[in-house]
Amino acid sequence: MKAKYWIGLFVVVGAIGYMIWGGLGQSLVYFITPSEYFEEPVRYQGKRIRLGGIVKEGSIAFDPKALELRFILTDGVAEVPVFHQGTPPALFKERQGVVVEGRFQDQTFYGDNLLVKHSETYRPPEEGYTPEDVRNLIREAK
Amino acid sequence: MRVERPGMDGLSATLLGLGYLFLLAGFYLALKAPPDAQQGYLVRILYLHVASAWTGYLAFIVAGVYALLYLLRGRPAFDRLSAASAELGLWLSFLMVIGGMMWARPTWGVYWVWEPRLTSVAVMIAIYIGYFLVRQAIEDPELRAKAAAAVAILGVINVPITYMSVYWWRSIHQTATIDVINRRVHMPPEMLVPLFVNLAAFTLLYLAFLRMKGRLAAFLAAKEESDG
Repeated sequence: MKAKYWIGLFVVVGAIGYMIWGGLGQSLVYFITPSEYFEEPVRYQGKRIRLGGIVKEGSIAFDPKALELRFILTDGVAEVPVFHQGTPPALFKERQGVVVEGRFQDQTFYGDNLLVKHSETYRPPEEGYTPEDVRNLIREAK
Repeated sequence: MRVERPGMDGLSATLLGLGYLFLLAGFYLALKAPPDAQQGYLVRILYLHVASAWTGYLAFIVAGVYALLYLLRGRPAFDRLSAASAELGLWLSFLMVIGGMMWARPTWGVYWVWEPRLTSVAVMIAIYIGYFLVRQAIEDPELRAKAAAAVAILGVINVPITYMSVYWWRSIHQTATIDVINRRVHMPPEMLVPLFVNLAAFTLLYLAFLRMKGRLAAFLAAKEESDG
């Protein structure tokens, strides 16, 4: 009679176990930085990794026709050229924290998933804000 | 003997009324709040997301406290309130995840990602789903209450782990804006006030629902006993 609940419980416990030992184990070191990569490149060569850092100022090159994005990811010490196919998320810009999923081919990192971190600091736009300013702001963000 | 179904008592009605009042005020203030320089109006999801996250944490902590009280004192009312709080915590967590996903897609670029904060939230939710499976699976009321209390007390561990996950591990999720660890607030008053009004609304509604659910559960238990 109550067997279905025990089956349900078993599924939930299994899911928790999987998330803790399978998922969490990987996501605890959710991304590595370029410096960490260069410390032991052999360990990561050809493997799918997540690389995290800051988008270097003035390094963004986006071809809107081919949807090809190139930029340099830096952690202040080491730099990695990144190639990503696709449209960058709205908040992607210079000096923004990003995490790229993908793998190295030679010296370039080929990303297939680009995530943008945003800061925990919120503030209104500097110059005061009219609805018109905000519309421009949102348009620019795209 | 027939057990009378309880109507709404004064305290529940007051909490509920105040809660809805604050919710309306919070909604208005959230719409009046300025956009963020980085993400524009998207930042307004925060008023829902943070309020539901914190109230969810509160609900799980209260569920753990009532579970402990039940184990110490053995009063069935504590078990009922623990279950009611855990259920509200689960709903608030779902709300937090939905709001978070709406926010993550346009900012991070994805709805969901298995990074430390989101993974620890998923574990927390799974444990409280397990809590209700435990309650359903065990028929004996006393054994059920004891087993559920154990899960509710162990489950509370998830609240600090989830909260601290953004400090302990590298994540996509940003750290707390109202940073109680480093005692800093990264937000101007015109955004802070709407957040706190919404937080007050969620807390008042949580307390109202907790009390109403507790009273309803007491009625159902009394009815079951009188019906045999």
